[in-house]
Amino acid sequence: MGGYFSDIFYGSKSLLIGMGITFREFFKPTVTVQYPYQTLKMSARFRGHIELIADKEGKPKCVVCGMCERACPSGCITLGSISIEIEVDGKIKKKKVLSKYDLDFTKCSLCGQCVENCNFGALEFSKEYNLASTRKEDFHFNLLKRLEERNT
Amino acid sequence: MSAPIQLRPDETFLLNVGPQHPATHGVLRVKMQMDGEYIVKAETVLGYVHRMHEKMGENRTYAQYLPNLSRLDYLGALGYTHGHVLAIERAAGIEVPERAEYIRAITVELNRVASHLFWFGAFVMDLGGFSPLMYAIQDREHILDMLEAVTGARLTYCYYRFGGLYNDVDDDFIEAAKRFIPRMRKSLKKYDALVSGNIIFQKRLEGIAPVSAEMCRKYGATGPVARGSGINFDVRKNEPYSVYPEFDFDVPVYHECDSLARYKVRMDEMEQSLRIIEQGLETLPDGPIMAEKKPKNIKLPVGDYYQAVETARGSFGIRIVSDGDKNAYRLKLRSPTYSNMHLFDEACEGMLIMDALAFMGSLDLVIPEIDR
Amino acid sequence: MSLTLLNVIVAVVIAIAFAAVNAAYLVWAERRGAARIQRRPGPNINGPFGLLQPPLDGIKLMTKQLMIPGGADKILFMVAPVLAMAPAIMSFVTIPFSEGIAAHNMELGVLVIFAFASMGAMAILFAGWGSRNKYSVMASVRAVSQNVSYEIPMLITAITVVMTTGSMDLKEISMAQSGGFWHWNIFPSLQSPLMPISFIIFFICSLAETNRAPFDLGEAESELVAGFHTEYGSMGFGLFFMGEYANIVIGASLTTILFLGGWDCPFGMFPGVWWFLLKIYLLIATFIWIRWTFPRTTIYGLLNLSWKILIPISLFNLLLTAGLLKVF
Ligand code: SF4
Ligand code: SF4
Repeated sequence: MGGYFSDIFYGSKSLLIGMGITFREFFKPTVTVQYPYQTLKMSARFRGHIELIADKEGKPKCVVCGMCERACPSGCITLGSISIEIEVDGKIKKKKVLSKYDLDFTKCSLCGQCVENCNFGALEFSKEYNLASTRKEDFHFNLLKRLEERNT
Repeated sequence: MSAPIQLRPDETFLLNVGPQHPATHGVLRVKMQMDGEYIVKAETVLGYVHRMHEKMGENRTYAQYLPNLSRLDYLGALGYTHGHVLAIERAAGIEVPERAEYIRAITVELNRVASHLFWFGAFVMDLGGFSPLMYAIQDREHILDMLEAVTGARLTYCYYRFGGLYNDVDDDFIEAAKRFIPRMRKSLKKYDALVSGNIIFQKRLEGIAPVSAEMCRKYGATGPVARGSGINFDVRKNEPYSVYPEFDFDVPVYHECDSLARYKVRMDEMEQSLRIIEQGLETLPDGPIMAEKKPKNIKLPVGDYYQAVETARGSFGIRIVSDGDKNAYRLKLRSPTYSNMHLFDEACEGMLIMDALAFMGSLDLVIPEIDR
Repeated sequence: MSLTLLNVIVAVVIAIAFAAVNAAYLVWAERRGAARIQRRPGPNINGPFGLLQPPLDGIKLMTKQLMIPGGADKILFMVAPVLAMAPAIMSFVTIPFSEGIAAHNMELGVLVIFAFASMGAMAILFAGWGSRNKYSVMASVRAVSQNVSYEIPMLITAITVVMTTGSMDLKEISMAQSGGFWHWNIFPSLQSPLMPISFIIFFICSLAETNRAPFDLGEAESELVAGFHTEYGSMGFGLFFMGEYANIVIGASLTTILFLGGWDCPFGMFPGVWWFLLKIYLLIATFIWIRWTFPRTTIYGLLNLSWKILIPISLFNLLLTAGLLKVF
């Protein structure tokens, strides 16, 4: 019988304690971000999809070595190159130039292997995270074109 | 409460819980033979999110397999990637700098706290209380912010590399982690008062769903589930790896075997993880974060390798059979929840459905990790 | 004759409007309150403070297609939401909001409200059975056994109050408590020293009767998906929702009348309908506050509470009051 009443007593007490906690929380300021109206700044190391880095002239730094393509676990990078002839010190030299850098973002796992494996510092992560679309094709990025757009 | 009831197998019906059901937290299906609200027999049906992670491990180089590991358990991903890199490092004989190991331990423990926090919220939500989930997510968000600042991702981290880390932690992280610990301790007190002490909560869990130690052994249950049944087994203590032997922490064990015991184990573990983080931050050595001698393309010597780690859900093991090639010949992942979950079928016989679903919550299931 | 008919129609229309507006804005209050407890803002986009959210929700519900699952019992399925809403509105008719504001004063007001309230269980049973969903059936069986077992202590405490007042007329019961808060039934008097406990019992019972958390076993969204209204969409669901909130208002009104002095002012000044409204909204705020604090009980925990704790105590109180009434 004593247990019966102490059960009721301690039970009610625990309930009141809980209500006290939620009561205090009620008057605390909100902590959420009103997302479409407010956004957060991404941290410096945030890994979005990859982007090409331009050199001083606005051309991609990439030398088309193909390391990123090979390192990618998901096979989402497709490279293309053309050979052009340039003049260095009066001599005509052949040089490979990047003509296509396609990223299939639908498959990308944002692992960062491509950036790490690039020995020429030609890739970086974008800070973009508001990526949403109803069409798959919107996530096949043409990074070369994006670079040009950023240059202008 | 297990009142002796007479089950009538001839008057039963079949209840399909899942694959889409609020209590399963994922695509798990449980076929339940019910007699009224009592479960006569339950059968878990798996495989709805099977993604062939093991097979993928055989088709990719070891480095390319790194991102896969964080996709097993999206709540405590770092523990799993830790197991993977440790296995490869031991097999390939790569020496990891001490600083890297310390940072690994700190981040793994942070991730464990984040995982337990989310479990805590989801578990109370299973029991019908919604607000604690929001409080837990608030605290977890601080951890995710910290981890995002160092790893670049919030859930599916790909932070550890063979021989070290992707990048070093900065002072901001250390400051934030130091500030986080007292705040988290305060929150734990709040949870104790709001949830653990609550009479409704206690009455729902006390003595419910007893899982004996013998049953845990039979099914290979590990982690908080086994520790709630009185089995003192924690890979960090029993088969020490990384820098864990240098830390002073306890392994909480409860002998009641019920849902409340499993709950208490996890709540205590958060405190122990905080202790590890505290010590790790204090004694964090300076130095490089990447091994100096490290082969460019990793090929493991022919052999059979196994590494177990203690993740938030229990003992995770990765077994790699190598034939000397640049990818594994066979790769086996022993995921803790897979074993823990199989308790469910046997333990929930004769239970009320609401107790059974609370019991399922206390097992802390993460379905993608079961199905792999 | 035609005048009384008109009176009745006007009263019913006002009751429906009151119930609908209350239901809509209590949902808003609940969502805002819950959000504040969880430290988020809640609905705040549509209109100032999100005040346009309820009508927009209503429009959304009304524009949705009414689906009747194949294999469902069509009649029961359609009748249930109406049956959930109608008794709640009918009960409004008998509630005196203040001395002059009452649609229809009845001498047996307490009885009428309890009679209508017990129809709610039937709506739930119909809904669960009619939708031919195993989850719904389980939920409705739970809800019915819950309602039945909580009606007993609720009635016993109500009888205790009725005994001290000597009337079943809601208006008279509140009039008997007028003249300052020390006259209210919630405070112990010589005749019934255990009144505060009666009040708590009555409050718990009205939580359980309206299927509110922590007693929302009929809904139990983490176990039984959405309980008895799993299969309902569009306005069928809307009616259940409105019925639930209308029931809450009635529960709060009844508690106010029986224990908190109705429209009486605590200090004996300006008695009127505003005091009544203030009291019921405070009670409803407590309902909301409780819901967002506690986890759900189990079905046996719930029945144990009723049969082992509430009923014995309220019975004891009834006997004590009866005895003391004889003495004093
Ligand atoms: S981040 Fe990883 S998956 Fe994505 S493109 Fe780079 S290597 Fe491939
Ligand atoms: S690794 Fe770098 S330089 Fe080589 S192809 Fe990729 S982006 Fe270009």
